[in-house]
Amino acid sequence: MMARRSVPRISRRFRPVRRDGFLKTALDNGLTVVLKEQHHAPVITFWVWYRVGSRDEPTGLTGISHWVEHMLFKGTPTYPKGTLDRLISREGGTWNGFTWLDFTAYFETLPSDRWTIAPEIEADRMTKALFHPKEVEAERTVILSERHGAENNPLFLLSEQVQALAFQAHPYGHDVIGWPGDLQTMTREDLYRHYRTYYAPNNAVAVAVGDFRIPEALRAIERAFGRIRPALEIPRLRAVEPPQRGERRVVVGGEGNTAYLEIAYHAPEATHPDFMPLVILNAVLAGSGSLSFSGGTSNKTSRLYRALVEPRIAAEVGSSLIPTVEPFLYSLTVTLQPGRRPEEAEAIIDAEIQRLQSELIRPEEFEKALKQARADFAYSSESVTNQGFWYGWSEIFADYTWFETYLERLARVTPEDVQRVARTYLTRASRTVGWYLPRA
Amino acid sequence: MARRSGPSSILQRVRAWAVPSPRTIAREVLPNGIIALAYENFSSPSVVLSGLLWAGAVDEPPDRTGLAAFTADMLTRGTIHRTFHEIYEAIESVGASLDIGAGYHTTGFSLKALAEDLPALLEILADVLRNPTFPEEEVEKVRGEILTDLQEREHDTRRMAGLRFRETLFPGHPYGRSVDGYRETVQGITREDLVAFHRKFYSPERMIVAMVGAIRAEEGIEAIRRAFGDWAARRPEPDPLPPVSRPDRWIHVHTPIPGKTQTDLVMGTVGLARKDPDYYAAALANCILGVFGMMGRLGDHVRDRDGLAYYVYSRLDAGLAPGPWSVIAGVAPEHLPRAVEGIRTEIRRLLERRVPAKELEDNKSFLIGSLPLRLETNEGIAGILVDIELFELGLDYLERYPEIIASLTAAEVQAVARKYLDPDRMVLSTAGPEPELPAGKPVV
Repeated sequence: MMARRSVPRISRRFRPVRRDGFLKTALDNGLTVVLKEQHHAPVITFWVWYRVGSRDEPTGLTGISHWVEHMLFKGTPTYPKGTLDRLISREGGTWNGFTWLDFTAYFETLPSDRWTIAPEIEADRMTKALFHPKEVEAERTVILSERHGAENNPLFLLSEQVQALAFQAHPYGHDVIGWPGDLQTMTREDLYRHYRTYYAPNNAVAVAVGDFRIPEALRAIERAFGRIRPALEIPRLRAVEPPQRGERRVVVGGEGNTAYLEIAYHAPEATHPDFMPLVILNAVLAGSGSLSFSGGTSNKTSRLYRALVEPRIAAEVGSSLIPTVEPFLYSLTVTLQPGRRPEEAEAIIDAEIQRLQSELIRPEEFEKALKQARADFAYSSESVTNQGFWYGWSEIFADYTWFETYLERLARVTPEDVQRVARTYLTRASRTVGWYLPRA
Repeated sequence: MARRSGPSSILQRVRAWAVPSPRTIAREVLPNGIIALAYENFSSPSVVLSGLLWAGAVDEPPDRTGLAAFTADMLTRGTIHRTFHEIYEAIESVGASLDIGAGYHTTGFSLKALAEDLPALLEILADVLRNPTFPEEEVEKVRGEILTDLQEREHDTRRMAGLRFRETLFPGHPYGRSVDGYRETVQGITREDLVAFHRKFYSPERMIVAMVGAIRAEEGIEAIRRAFGDWAARRPEPDPLPPVSRPDRWIHVHTPIPGKTQTDLVMGTVGLARKDPDYYAAALANCILGVFGMMGRLGDHVRDRDGLAYYVYSRLDAGLAPGPWSVIAGVAPEHLPRAVEGIRTEIRRLLERRVPAKELEDNKSFLIGSLPLRLETNEGIAGILVDIELFELGLDYLERYPEIIASLTAAEVQAVARKYLDPDRMVLSTAGPEPELPAGKPVV
C-alpha cells in the first residue's frame, strides 16, 4: 500500500455524491471522473476513455489510433510486456481495449477487493508505454493479419466501400482498422507522436462502476492519476463533410455465393434533437437491435423483416444507428437469399421509406419501441462492465445524462417527429448504395 | 502496487462471497420428470429462464442431418394456439428475447424478460415447445434462411476449418456431422420429418428448467409447474454412441476457398467427457496451454513472440461424451507452417516439462477467481445451474469448486496432457486461399 501522504491535495469545487451512489467530477489535471456504486455482485469495472479515434486520423495515418491501442498492451518500464496479463488474470479479472470512430477505451473488470490495480495500470500506461521498435514491427504483422481476417468477410468489404464513398471530406470515411497502405508505411515515430498528443488526463474520462464506496474510489483514482500533467493543447482535425448532392453507388465484386445490399444515409450526431426520432424510426423500420444497451430483442416484427424476409427475398436484415460526436451514417444491410438480386430488396426498402415519409407510425409501434428500450435498459444494469461502457461512451459523444435520460427523451418523441426525420434524412440524394455481388 | 495473492487468499475470498448453494437454490423434480431450479436475484427487474430438453442431432438419421436444428428453428413459427406473428409480437412488444437451438444431445432454450412480463412469455415458451404446427409456408421460409446460412458457411474460412476438423476427427460418428446440416440434407427434409422428430423426441423427461432473477424461488418453481407440469410425452432411449478413438497419425485436410486473405486452422484430438475424473486437470492444462491471460502459452509464443497469428487459443469441449480438445487460430497463409510448428512445440512442452509452480498457481488462481465475474448476470447464473444438473455436479458444486481446483498438482496436469495430447497424432484442418502444406509431417 502506498503512504497516504503521497496523495496530492484535492482543491475541487464541492460536488455532492448523488443519493443513488453517483458522482461526476474532475481532477485538477482535467481528468473527468464518473463513479457509480452498484453492490449486487462483488465486482468492479474500471475504464479509461480517450477522446481520440479514427476521426482524428489524417490521410496517410489511417488506423493509427487502433495501432496505438495495441501498443498499450506491449509494456511499460513498471509493467513489462506480459506482466499485466498475468497480474489481472490471476486475480480472476478480465481486460481489453477498443478503438472506434470517436474514442479509444481500456477496461479492467475485477473482483472488488482487487480492483485498485486497475487505476494504477491505466495511469501508468497513459504516459509510459514503451513503443519498442521491435514490438511495433511485430504488431504491424498482427494488425495486417487482423485486416486480412476482416477482408475474408464480404460484409466488411462492402461496408468499407460504402463508408468511403459516403464521406468525401471527413475522416469518418475510413474504417477504424485503416487502409492497408498506411498500415504498411506508418512508423514508430508516427505512433509515438499520436500517443503523446492524445493520451493526457485532460483528454480522458475515467469511469468506475461496481461494489465500492465513492470516497474510496475517488481516492484510489486521485492517487493513481493525480500527478500526471495535462497536455497544453489537444489538436483536432476540422473537416466538415459538405452536403451530398446526389446518390452514390458502388458494386463490389468478390468471392462467395451470397449477395448483400447496404444503403447508408447521412445521420445527425448524438446530441442533435433529430437523433431520438431516428431511434424510434429505426426500431419501427428494422428493429431496435443496433442501438441496444444489452443485446436487445429480435426484429421479426419490424417492417423490413416483414417486407423482405417473410417473402423470402432476404435471409436477414439489419441496421446500424450509432451515437457519434459528428454526423455519421444510418445504414441498412440485407443478406439476400440464394437467387435473389439486390435491386429487388432495394425497391422494397424504397417503398417502406416512402411509407414512413407519407404516413405517421401507429401508436402501438411507438409503444413497442418505448417498451423495448425500457426492458433493454433493465437488462443492461446486470453487468457492471456494460454500465461502465455506457457511462463512458456517452461522456464521449455527449455526457452521462444522455444515457441516464435516454428513456425520458425517447418518450417525448412524437409520430410527427418520426415522419419529419424520415423526410429530412432518408432521401435518395443523400444516400450511398452498395451491392456485393459474388463473381461466380 | 497490487498485492501478490496465492490461491489460499483467493479461496478465502470466494468462500466469503455467497455463491449459489443448496441453501439458496430451489430444486424440485416434477412428477413428469422435469427438474425445476430457481434462484432469486432482485438486483434488476428482469428474469432469465434457461433450460434444455433431450432432443438433438444424435437422434437424427444421417441423411436428415440438420433435422434437430431445423425443428428447433420451426418451433416459434406457429402453434395450435398462435401464429408466427402473434408469437413474435408478444415477445418483441415487451422487449423480451427467446432463443431456441439444437445441439448434439439436447435442444436448449433461453428466455429473457422483465419480471412483469414473465407469466405471459412462459406460457408462450411452453406452447412453442409442446404444440408447434410446422406450417408448410413457414417451413419453406426457414429452409431458405438455413440454406443461405449454409451457403455463407462454404465461404467462411473459420467455419469450414471447424467443420472439416469434426468430420475428420469423428468419422462415422454423430459428432462428425454438422448440427446445422448440409445443403443436400436440408433440401431433403420434409414437413413430415419435422413433425415426426418433434412428436418422437420432445418430452419433459429429465428436461432442465432454471429460473433466475427478480422472482421468488417458490413462485419460480410454481410458474414452471404451471407451464409444463401437465406435459406427459415420453421419448425412446437414445441410441448408444459409436466408439471414438484418437487419431493414430498426423492427418491434414485443407479446404481451399479462393479469394481469401487469411487461413484459419483447427488442430487437435479427442478429449474427454465432463464427468471424467480427469476433467479438472484437463481444464487446468487447457487453461495453461491456450486460455490464461491473452490465450495462455500459445498466445505468448505463437501470437506475441513470433507475431504469426491474429488469434490463437485452445478449447476443451467436454460434454456428455468425449468431444474435441483443439487449438484454433487465424494466420496469414505464408505463416501457416511456422504457426503449426509453434503450436506443436507448445503442446510438446506441456508433455515434457512440469508446469513451473508460479505458472500453475496463477492459472489456478484465475480459474477460481473468475467465478464472481461469471456469476454476475442472471444469464451467467442460469447457465451454471443448468450445467450443474446436466453433469450431475451437485447443488454444492460452486462451494466445492475452489477446493477442487486448488488441490490440482503439476504432476496431474502433465499426466493428463500426456494421456490425451500427442503433437504427432492429431487432425489439422485448414481453410484458406492456397493448398499450403504445413512443415514437419507428411500430408494425407
